[in-house]
Amino acid sequence: MAVQPKVPKGISYPDELSKVDYKPPEKAWMDTPVVLKPNMFCWGNKEKSLKAVDFPNARAWSVADEDWKLPENWKEIFLEGIRERLDKYRTFRLFMDICVRCGACADKCHFFIGGGDPKNMPVLRAELLRSVYRKYFTGSGKALGKLAGARELNIGVLKELWYYAYQCTECRRCSLFCPYGIDTAEVTIIARELLNLLGLNIEWIAGPVANCWRTGNHMGLLPHTLRDTVEMFKADLETITGVKVDYSFNRKGAEILFVNPSGEYFDPNGNITFMGYMLLFHELGLDVTLSTYCSEGGNFGFFTSNEMAKRLHSKVYAEAKRLKVKWILGGECGHMWRVWHQYHNTWFGPVDFLEEPVSPITGTKFENAKSNKVVHICEFTSDLIKHGKIKLDPSRNDNYIVTLHDSCNVSRGMGFFEEPRYIIKNVCNNFYEMPPNTIRENTFCCGSGSGVNASENMELRLRGALPRANALKYVREKFGVNTLANICQIDRAALQTLADYWVPGVAIRGVHELVGNALIMRGEKERTTDLRGEPLLGKEGGENV
Amino acid sequence: MGLLLSFFVVIVLVLLAFGGVEAANLQYLFGIIIPYAAFVTFIVGIFYRVVKWGRSPVPFRIPTTAGQEKSLPWIKQNKIDNPSSALGVIVRMAFEVLLFRSLFRNTKTELREGPSLAYGSAKWLWLAGLAFHWTFFIIVLRHLRLFTEPILFFVPLIESLDAFFQMGVPLLYITDVVFLMAVTYLFFRRVLIPQVRYISLAADYFPLFLILGIGVSGVLMRYFFKVDVVGAKELTMGLVTFNPVVPEGIGVIFYIHLFLVSTLLIYFPFSKLMHMAGVFLSPTRNLANNNRERMHINPWNYPVKVHTYEEYEEEFRHFMKDAGIPVEKEE
Amino acid sequence: MSLEELLLEKKPIIVKRWFHLILKTYPADTVGFLKKQKNQFSNPVGHTISHGIEELFEELLQGMNPVKISPILDTIIRIRAVQDFSPSQAIAFIFLLKKVIREELQREGSENRISEDLSRLESRIDEMALLSFDIFMKCREKIYELKTNEMKNMTYGLLKRANLIYEIQEEEPDLKSSNIINSK
Repeated sequence: MAVQPKVPKGISYPDELSKVDYKPPEKAWMDTPVVLKPNMFCWGNKEKSLKAVDFPNARAWSVADEDWKLPENWKEIFLEGIRERLDKYRTFRLFMDICVRCGACADKCHFFIGGGDPKNMPVLRAELLRSVYRKYFTGSGKALGKLAGARELNIGVLKELWYYAYQCTECRRCSLFCPYGIDTAEVTIIARELLNLLGLNIEWIAGPVANCWRTGNHMGLLPHTLRDTVEMFKADLETITGVKVDYSFNRKGAEILFVNPSGEYFDPNGNITFMGYMLLFHELGLDVTLSTYCSEGGNFGFFTSNEMAKRLHSKVYAEAKRLKVKWILGGECGHMWRVWHQYHNTWFGPVDFLEEPVSPITGTKFENAKSNKVVHICEFTSDLIKHGKIKLDPSRNDNYIVTLHDSCNVSRGMGFFEEPRYIIKNVCNNFYEMPPNTIRENTFCCGSGSGVNASENMELRLRGALPRANALKYVREKFGVNTLANICQIDRAALQTLADYWVPGVAIRGVHELVGNALIMRGEKERTTDLRGEPLLGKEGGENV
Repeated sequence: MGLLLSFFVVIVLVLLAFGGVEAANLQYLFGIIIPYAAFVTFIVGIFYRVVKWGRSPVPFRIPTTAGQEKSLPWIKQNKIDNPSSALGVIVRMAFEVLLFRSLFRNTKTELREGPSLAYGSAKWLWLAGLAFHWTFFIIVLRHLRLFTEPILFFVPLIESLDAFFQMGVPLLYITDVVFLMAVTYLFFRRVLIPQVRYISLAADYFPLFLILGIGVSGVLMRYFFKVDVVGAKELTMGLVTFNPVVPEGIGVIFYIHLFLVSTLLIYFPFSKLMHMAGVFLSPTRNLANNNRERMHINPWNYPVKVHTYEEYEEEFRHFMKDAGIPVEKEE
Repeated sequence: MSLEELLLEKKPIIVKRWFHLILKTYPADTVGFLKKQKNQFSNPVGHTISHGIEELFEELLQGMNPVKISPILDTIIRIRAVQDFSPSQAIAFIFLLKKVIREELQREGSENRISEDLSRLESRIDEMALLSFDIFMKCREKIYELKTNEMKNMTYGLLKRANLIYEIQEEEPDLKSSNIINSK
């Protein structure tokens, strides 16, 4: 054996390196001031976006600046805002009071799971606001201060509230596990309302709100642009199916008003979902109209304040009334349905100028929607399939090995689980579920909901998407899943990017895209491609290449 | 900081009662005045808090849905986790209040891996929580022996069930053991799990120590330093019949126990312990998910500024006309 | 007994200690969760790391095949690339293995006997670190690429809708390539 030099003792090991300037060890969270990290927050709102809807403190500002240009009396405004909302919302008052910090919610948040920032534990995110509430609205907080978990409102605290209010996607997963039903989404909603009193929004939300106010949709698409877009879809559909589909905008006297998220006119994934609706409506000969005035089902106002949400969505019923339709059909969208299902009737009811929705094809009465008169497209379609009213060829989706991502809003805000599954099972031959603790009411958020699907906060989104992607990866490896179906436009737009990072090779698809592929239409030519122009399985190298 | 402080506060409370009774002979204060004051504070305080919650309306019907909604007739609804009727809500609430169903959710449908003991913290939280609350409740019921004459019929029944194992003299109550174990678990969990310790406040430690103090003093009194039970009952019956008396020689441990209980009653309405009442009011659990079927009224619903169709058409009329989209007015 | 055999025998303890050292790079309050929660889907970070390093360790002992090792490294680094780490911190976990192995051998008192083998093994670990650096960079580049693509997609769509650009209608890239990123 050769002479062996002894490894010197006291050699410096790399664990020191890996610890460099990392998080403080055992310091209380209140003593850990917030650091606003780039790639984690979205740009602040522009002046013009707030002005467009008469929001307070419209000014040019930047998150990165020290000075956020707040009004002189910002503290009073903020505290008065809390007081007002305590009187208006039992939920808010209750959720401020009854948390016992049991920690059941702590590891349920996708941002915490994927990123590990302790202030992303739902309980702590709510404590950020609770601590202020205690200081100014409870006797113990006033008297005992920090000991009672209370803290002074100052600019650092305000920035922290802003930072974490836009790191919550209002997905409600934590609420499911809370023994008292505390809904952190609602705490976030109120925190954002309070921040908006001071002109502290993000442009990714404020911009779409301003657009929606003026043009009827988040994208700011003008009437002729909408028509051109749909005209283009029509041309594509004719190439693919040989069928000329009808559509109309703002047509009075139609039986049904169809409202969908405007992202479907814009986003490549959404486009094809919309084409799926068009084929279905045409095949049924449904008396349905679109509207340019109400060309948005989604509602970024909901990520701003309850009032703004109501201001934007008043268009839905106003337009239904003006066009004298009988009822309203809604497309595939997550928070749109949260708002339509849980808020619409309260804001705008009684909806006595419309009729109780009945499917003109099957005669089915949609009992569960009889008061607010809006039906989900998946309810409508699954009813058609159940009654055998449409012919389907699921083999046209044989390229796809499908799983379903339950979108948070329709899952924990409606309980919408079986309808999309029933449809998928009828239009696809290959369907596999992700693990049970990641679907249905337990579903993981896409990480981009509630208006934080901007690009500048990509790292935040990637962290948030990890739990969802991880379950997706599992079914990809196990069953070869290559398609993630969903019924939410934010999913379709945002998850594609996130899947490209975490699980490359999985495509994000709307459920009605799959319906459109499978739908056998009268007068159609033999289909050789799907709605994206990709060759069908067994039709590769066919005459249409 | 919160932990040590809470601990010392409870110690001070014990010493106060001990000193007050042993040295200063303040039996009347600790046996009569403070308990009365505590009881009044408890009732009035809870009433005040609940009324305060109740005065804030529930503007929106936004329950957390945890199962399939009521939909087409051939789709099976999950009537408990996503109720659409009052009965469903009652069942859901019963599960929530009596069995802590949401907390239990932590343990459902987990694919296990490795030694199952390692990961079970969530399940233990549910189990310990349930054990703690139920034994606490049973112990309170048992105490009715001291406040009723003749003793309510179910009290001896509970007692005999509780002493099922027929061990020791006096008979060992199962609830006493389970109760102390559960409180101890909840305490250690709070201290030992880093993320739970991170979120814990003095307001979390204090009630734990206080309740532990009550449990320990109670157990000491029953099993070790025997007190004059007849005297104690004389005192408690005096309280309920508004005929307060302080019999001689009950034993100081009784006063310590009573003082800690009084502190708990006083503290209760001002603390997170109000979750006991709050859980019944939680709108994410106690509302039916039937928003599209029945209109929910918001008492402060107010008209908002909207962008009308007329304004819209006014701005974009020429685009609409060029694109062949119907308009209301030609000019 | 060769060093590899010896280390294979000690695999459970080494992997476990390595895992704990890696977890120490996370906030103290998070470590408990990452360590305790064993469910693969409730705790993707902890699960990926603990499984990944076990496979890495095995591969390391069997030689250093970049083709086999890269995908394993990828799963771990892909996560660390989006968390609060500087590049050096993100891949420093590789070097932690050196520390663990040396300490284990020192405890055994067999360090001297096999130190030639040890230095060979350590250069494999260095190689792994270099590989990690490539992977880390690839992940970061991917993130920026995704960002730019989202923006590009947005602007392109806007211009097109506004009929501001003329598009040659042969391929219709925005419709046919669902996956803009992969079509690059």
